[in-house]
Amino acid sequence: MQQIINFIFRNKNLLLYLFLLFISLAFTIQSHSYHQSKFFNSANWLTGGVYKTTNGIFSYFNLEKENQKLVDENMRLRRIIINNEYNEEVAIDSTALDSTLLDYTIVSAKIIKNSYSNLDNYITLNKGSKDGIKQDMGVITPNGILGIIENTSGKFSRVQSILNRKSNLNAKLKNTDNFGSLIWDTKDFNTVQLIDIPRRIPIKVGDTILTGAASSIFPENIPIGTIKSFGLDVSKSSYTINISLFNDMSNLKNVYIINNTNRVVLEELESPVTNGK
Amino acid sequence: MASKYYFINIVRFIMLVLAQVLICNNINFWGFINPIIYILFLYWYPIKQNRAVFIIISFFLGFTVDIFSDTLAFNTAATLTIAYLRPTIMRFCFGVNFEFQSFRLNAAPRIQQLTYLALLIVIHHTVFFTLEVFNFDNFLLILKKILVVSIASLFLCILLSSLFSVKKEN
Repeated sequence: MQQIINFIFRNKNLLLYLFLLFISLAFTIQSHSYHQSKFFNSANWLTGGVYKTTNGIFSYFNLEKENQKLVDENMRLRRIIINNEYNEEVAIDSTALDSTLLDYTIVSAKIIKNSYSNLDNYITLNKGSKDGIKQDMGVITPNGILGIIENTSGKFSRVQSILNRKSNLNAKLKNTDNFGSLIWDTKDFNTVQLIDIPRRIPIKVGDTILTGAASSIFPENIPIGTIKSFGLDVSKSSYTINISLFNDMSNLKNVYIINNTNRVVLEELESPVTNGK
Repeated sequence: MASKYYFINIVRFIMLVLAQVLICNNINFWGFINPIIYILFLYWYPIKQNRAVFIIISFFLGFTVDIFSDTLAFNTAATLTIAYLRPTIMRFCFGVNFEFQSFRLNAAPRIQQLTYLALLIVIHHTVFFTLEVFNFDNFLLILKKILVVSIASLFLCILLSSLFSVKKEN
């Protein structure tokens, strides 16, 4: 007994080191396999608060550019509305705006911490569960897709960016129904990869890629990017396509969080099928 | 006198974490170079303190940076490792005399200080990027990141340490 105690005393630094290293490795392995822990991420009150405060100062420096972006987007949307009214001559019916009848509801948010240089990137937003944000909602920018809500706290939420090795989204070629998986090979932050598009599909550089219909997170036809280059994968049966994103991932501020109101119903419908496999 | 040391170390802890997460994590030079400067806390930490306390403080330093930058827990493991290895590294750089009462980091030759700092940074980055990539198929990627980011971190740390050591002597 005496010897055991002596041993512990002699090697207390080594034991302490190994114990703490074990804790940190446990966190690391957990973060590589599944969602990170609920509290220890940048969406908690402390880190979120610090980022919000500094963001409150630094956001003034590019207000003009952000305003211009938003005006451009408004202009585009305004053009769509005006043209639709003249084409279809249908007045806006107030019942159609009842939020309980809409398929998707939208919440606006601001990025308070952006990241694009790591291998697994996460973005922190200034809206949280108090604003009705929940896990697995989609996040888009005026130009295109951004990621999926992964964690929320009261006032902040964390987005798993498409620039993340765990990201895997459904995407398709414009005007076709051929869809594949959107992944990131970690090399360039403005280029993502689309895999599993069959070889027989005719594609060419410059084609537009949109979100597909097989996702319960994003609505169909949200823009993603254009084809930059493509090649066959190892099996020679499908394409690996490099897509240059419409978003400049290094310069983002205002985003929209999309909530699919039918999502619960959809997942209930789909779950027996996946269980039956 | 003792309370002054606590105060300086607490201020250093907070300032280095904030500088790391608010400034250095957003540099993104060449798209991926974000120098790591909070290692200076371990570089400056008094030598003749309780070693167990030092290891625990380093754990929390790494953990704080990890929570801010969503890299759970690569920084923690890397910082912990250099905190544990620090006496060995110091013996390697300064010889046995660093254990004497009269030894002061500022008084040591410049080249020894640089070796000490460089070793801390290289070991930290080796652990950090190995854990981040977590895949030995990308061995070249790990090597590239360790090499390039270490140089950037070393450069910035030398600048900062020479900037603040002048004030300390006054």
